[in-house]
Amino acid sequence: MTDTLPTPAAPGLDADALLDAYRMMRTIRAFEERVHDEFATGEIPGFVHLYAGEEASATGVCMHLDDRDSIASTHRGHGHCIAKGVDVKAMMAEIYGRRTGSCHGKGGSMHIADLSKGMLGANGIVGGGPPLICGTALAAKQQGTGGVGVAFFGDGASNQGTTLEAMNLASVWNLPAIFVAENNGYAEATSSTWSVSADNIADRAAGFGMPGVIVDGFDFFAVYEAAGEAIRRAREGGGPTLIEVKFTRYFGHFEGDQQTYRADEVAQARDRLDCLKRFRARVTETGQLEDSTLDSVDTQVADLIDAAVAEAKAAPKPTADDLETDVYVSY
Amino acid sequence: MARTISYREAINEALAQEMERDSSVIVMGEDNAGGAGSPGDDDAWGGVLGVTKGLYHRFPGRVLDTPITESAFIGAAIGAATRGMRPVAELMFIDFMGVCFDQIFNQAAKFRYMFGGKAETPVVIRTMYGAGLRAAAQHSQALYPVFTHIPGLKVVVPSSPYEAKGLLIQSIRDNDPVIFCEHKAMYDTSGEVPEDSYTIPFGEANVVRDGDDVTIVAIGRMVSVAEQAAAELASAGVEAEILDPRTTSPLDTDTILESVENTGRLVVVDESTPRCNLATDISALVAKEAFGSLRAPIEMVTAPHTPVPFADTLEDLYIPDPQRVVNAAKAVMEWKR
Repeated sequence: MTDTLPTPAAPGLDADALLDAYRMMRTIRAFEERVHDEFATGEIPGFVHLYAGEEASATGVCMHLDDRDSIASTHRGHGHCIAKGVDVKAMMAEIYGRRTGSCHGKGGSMHIADLSKGMLGANGIVGGGPPLICGTALAAKQQGTGGVGVAFFGDGASNQGTTLEAMNLASVWNLPAIFVAENNGYAEATSSTWSVSADNIADRAAGFGMPGVIVDGFDFFAVYEAAGEAIRRAREGGGPTLIEVKFTRYFGHFEGDQQTYRADEVAQARDRLDCLKRFRARVTETGQLEDSTLDSVDTQVADLIDAAVAEAKAAPKPTADDLETDVYVSY
Repeated sequence: MARTISYREAINEALAQEMERDSSVIVMGEDNAGGAGSPGDDDAWGGVLGVTKGLYHRFPGRVLDTPITESAFIGAAIGAATRGMRPVAELMFIDFMGVCFDQIFNQAAKFRYMFGGKAETPVVIRTMYGAGLRAAAQHSQALYPVFTHIPGLKVVVPSSPYEAKGLLIQSIRDNDPVIFCEHKAMYDTSGEVPEDSYTIPFGEANVVRDGDDVTIVAIGRMVSVAEQAAAELASAGVEAEILDPRTTSPLDTDTILESVENTGRLVVVDESTPRCNLATDISALVAKEAFGSLRAPIEMVTAPHTPVPFADTLEDLYIPDPQRVVNAAKAVMEWKR
């Protein structure tokens, strides 16, 4: 009785694709919540910045990407890594500083990368990624691959000169680049309503001669649609787009952040806006996916994360032999 | 008689030959063609000092003018290098590293290590350094020691047209990020340069002049200063051995140590300012590894610990000259305990 059902959630997304999207978002969420818990035990070293709450952004964008395409990420990069296909177990091992990690334990949470997947790395420098994406987009253009480059960056980076310069250059060179401003409301402890001089980050697009779009970052379908339009235009030679994704991060700036700078907006977001809840409600309402199917994905993901943590903890750490390798290709 | 061309022409020829050979080589920078969007010529400049002149028409679509936006286009060159291109970006004056250094030292230099040995970033950043053109404090520095300090970067400082061509071709073919430092006062210097393509390997010092009395290690344009000094020293009966390291990273420590073990005396000539520069680095190396061979304290001939001055009287005092090298060499020859 399909004629009685609501309109399908998104054109072009069949049940398999919807399931992929759900699995991706669920994997990111489970990964981050587990890292949050494990960090609290003291076993994870260093600085960790979690992406929970923002899953619809990485997923809604990266669902459109393939091997021709590259992304640059941020210090809050786990979600982008998972969405671009970086191995989850290798990521967890990297966060634990193990030799089996994505970067053999030499990068850590802020530098997880897999260039073979077009993932140019989480990046410890706020605003470090957008110039690099001008380059990957340029390479795609020179090579005629039809590929695009996507720079994910935060509201903090939206005020960095590198980001603004990169957007200008992308327009001047008419690059197949997409700038995704993930505005989670805070750069560290500073509100974006204070630090961003415009009403919206997307308003700045006009200054660089490119379209600017604002989307609800808790809504996978809104992100998916906006990103699809921008990526299609970029692939066809129509140049760059700035997409501002607005949402809230569920955890602090870093693990250990007491978050005294904000009120209890997270509980409300988790309850009423959460991307996974909304996704589930929508696809079950339209009859495209069953609750039981989604539940089984939840179980599979939980098992994967359990295994990732167990394997990471059991994996060897790098040794003195690894200290001075991998600096140069040749020296 | 071999052909003679300028340092500028040698660099241009290296670029052209590599662009001819490898379609992944692209050139980008401010006014590298010159005239983009302007009503006049679209290859108006070939870079601010004309080094890339003529490449724009010869290699359509592969010489990219950029806005004045060093962070963006140096970063773009680095990003493109991770995706199969071999970009040669021109950071006009080395002094401008200040506005794009993050992309060089936090991004390009660290990718390979941070990513566990799985990144290759074959980018070349050509940049002009050095005093002598009355270009003052923000257009004249010799900042190659800053890059030399950074693991993950290779740093090339060619001392002649021959060196410039062979080292630039090597730089373009190299799979690591390379900072290629061209002395802007040398562009019109001429020298013998083969027409055919050739490479000069990194980390192999050139013995510019043989001698048994004193080792003079000189960087970049200081090699010719050292040669002038050596001629005067020879007339006074002192035979200097001149070493040109060619690359400050990697540094050919073996050749330096072997030379000092023979001569027992070291003078380092470095146009950069005196703290944490190549002179102190090489001096520390020799003091540690060849202490027993030294017959006199090491002498360092460098710029003073000041910004580069503008007035000709001051800039001429700032730049190490042959007389200072002669004095330093005589000091180590005459030193008595």
